[in-house]
Amino acid sequence: MRLFFILLVAWLVLNESVAPGHILLGAGLALAGVLVYKRLEPATHARNRPMLVLQLVGLVIADIVRSNFAVARIVLGLGPMQRKAGFLSLPLEIRHPAGLATAACIITATPGTSWVRYDAALNIVTIHVLDLADEAAWIRLFKEHYERRLMEIFE
Amino acid sequence: MNIFALALGAAQFLLAAAMVFALYRLLRGPRAQDRVLSLDALYVNAMLMVLMFGMRTGTAIYFEAALAIGALGFVSTAALAKFLLRGEVIE
Amino acid sequence: MSAASAFAAVLVILGALLAFLGSLGLLRMRTFYERIHPPTMGTTLGTGLILAASMIHFTALEGRPVVHEILLGGLMTFTTPVTYMLLVRAARRREHHADDGSDD
Repeated sequence: MRLFFILLVAWLVLNESVAPGHILLGAGLALAGVLVYKRLEPATHARNRPMLVLQLVGLVIADIVRSNFAVARIVLGLGPMQRKAGFLSLPLEIRHPAGLATAACIITATPGTSWVRYDAALNIVTIHVLDLADEAAWIRLFKEHYERRLMEIFE
Repeated sequence: MNIFALALGAAQFLLAAAMVFALYRLLRGPRAQDRVLSLDALYVNAMLMVLMFGMRTGTAIYFEAALAIGALGFVSTAALAKFLLRGEVIE
Repeated sequence: MSAASAFAAVLVILGALLAFLGSLGLLRMRTFYERIHPPTMGTTLGTGLILAASMIHFTALEGRPVVHEILLGGLMTFTTPVTYMLLVRAARRREHHADDGSDD
């Protein structure tokens, strides 16, 4: 039912109105959206932990801002002299599909890293990193910032 | 207000240059995935440009146009990527 | 009013600069996988800053809170990673199947 309210609020924000007609129309559209979604996807059983989700969102925003400036430096040629871009294989602990999807979106949305391939059998992900200066530090950052929190939210 | 108009002009200049860069990469390639990536960058820059026009004129209608560009851009880039993924499979 | 528009001016310039650098990186990087990274600057923080500027500008202009830019921000946040992942998968596939290096 969370999805219903998200869709309804999105409709009201889009129309910038809380008139009864818009609430009725938005509720109808949101209901249709929920019914379509139910047919597409089984429930993901995310635990209800708003504080943890907010914390994760804050972290993601901070990391995106930081890596924006890091990539800007590289584009301008002000970055490290010996930059080495490359692929990085990372063994994961998280297995929940929704958690993995969220991790993939976070990694790809952050400038400088992008999710390339996931091996479900071995639970290993391949990531392309623009500035692969310190592999160990990067892996530690991913594990501490994202994986642990995603596991707490989804598993 | 004057500062803001100046800033808008400078920002529009930057975005126009960004669109030229993306267009150059689109024409240059070298491979199809580079072209699709450039198309994606091009539509994002175009969307931001439309938002700039909206702020310049002070009308909300440009926001709707930006929303349409954003939604259509996503669908078209995803469709092109999907085509690259499936259209050339050697089985 | 003046403080708001000065702040919005800074945000607009910064956002456009990030989008500019993103496209410049698209032009300057040498391999496809490196070129994937810079445009995300424009789609994440660049778009975010410009949308924030738009919110501030229209809120000041119309004298009521204007927040529908959040929807566009949400749309960009959720759709960009999906297209990029699809594109990377397509690129990997094409490289595996066409090692002769033929273009397009």
